Amino acid sequence: MPKVKIPRKSTIVDMTAMCDVAFLLLTFFILATKQKPPEVLAVAPPSSVSSKAAPDKSILVTMTKDGKVFLMLGDDTKKGAIIEDINTTRNLQLSGQELAKLKKAEFIGLPLNKIKSAMASNQVIPATSMEGIPTDTTNNELTFWMRSVTNVYAGGDQKELEKMLLVKGDGETLYPIFKNVKTAFKANEIFKFRIVTDSESVPAGSELYKTGKTVEN
Amino acid sequence: MAEMDTSSGGGHKKGPGVKKGKKLSTRVDLTPMVDLGFLLITFFVFTTTMSQATAMNMNEPKDDKIEDQMKVKESAVMTILLGKGNQVYYYYGTLTEENASANFKSTNFKEIRKLILDKRNSVPNGDKSKSDLMYIIKSDKESTFSNSIDILDEMSICAVPAGHYAEVDISETEYKLIKLTEQANGIK
Repeated sequence: MPKVKIPRKSTIVDMTAMCDVAFLLLTFFILATKQKPPEVLAVAPPSSVSSKAAPDKSILVTMTKDGKVFLMLGDDTKKGAIIEDINTTRNLQLSGQELAKLKKAEFIGLPLNKIKSAMASNQVIPATSMEGIPTDTTNNELTFWMRSVTNVYAGGDQKELEKMLLVKGDGETLYPIFKNVKTAFKANEIFKFRIVTDSESVPAGSELYKTGKTVEN
Repeated sequence: MAEMDTSSGGGHKKGPGVKKGKKLSTRVDLTPMVDLGFLLITFFVFTTTMSQATAMNMNEPKDDKIEDQMKVKESAVMTILLGKGNQVYYYYGTLTEENASANFKSTNFKEIRKLILDKRNSVPNGDKSKSDLMYIIKSDKESTFSNSIDILDEMSICAVPAGHYAEVDISETEYKLIKLTEQANGIK
């Protein structure tokens, strides 16, 4: 009986295609990832089951761990008008140049009486050494800032302002700071705002989980 | 793809004395490159945090005058107090000097969900928005921002209808009770 010869096949597989796929995926992931802008104020927000994404266009009040309050006016808000408004209403006497500098600032974290000197000097104060906007019960300057915000947005759509107004705080911020921020809002008839949180999945078996709804309100 | 045609393409025969150059394969082993590619992908996928910041809605009430304040049924009320060190305290109905020792209890964030649900189930129509169910949340001076967000989140998780929980300022007696309990429990 003749032997059946089994042809010996090479086990080498062409890797080119696989290599292409790997790098294609790599390129895709790198390009598709949205770069997070570097955060000047390090804040670790608490988490919530809310699934609504935070808006990009925002007026953001940030509370840091050590109780400082900062105000960030987004570039696509009426930032310039708000700053001009507070300049006139609180009589800050900022010169044109100082105003322009303040408008360019990424965030506001100084008491009103120190803004002029800080804007006049050439030194840039790092965020960590800023003392924040005072929010004590006796001297709640955030109230004035919020007044300027409501002044500028007065007559317009109140809902639009509600959507923009965000409060972001470090989980370890003490409650009184948050209360002071709320007081400043309330003093200006702002009763609705949003809190920036990290997303968290709804715990399995909970009431909300059973309803199958997501928190979108 | 990674190979090139190195055959001399027919024709043109070399003379008899000319030695044939050794044919070198241009085939490159791509296995390490594939490995590297996938390694990088894995690395990027694992290190990227999918942190899409979310926003939670807050609706604050107007500061009413005392006489305009809403009256709630005592039997349907649960007061939740937030203290230092992530501690939670609670009581049902009203707190009087007599019932303080029995009614004022301490718990934590893990247990509170069950307590909220129990209260909800004990009140008739607890899951309907027209019931009398009410949770009052009070935050101590030493509680944190994350505590107050967490408790509001618990309310959403337990599907307590909006308008059935509210944040109220803490009273002096409650604050003292918390301080006493903290001392007794040794919470720093």
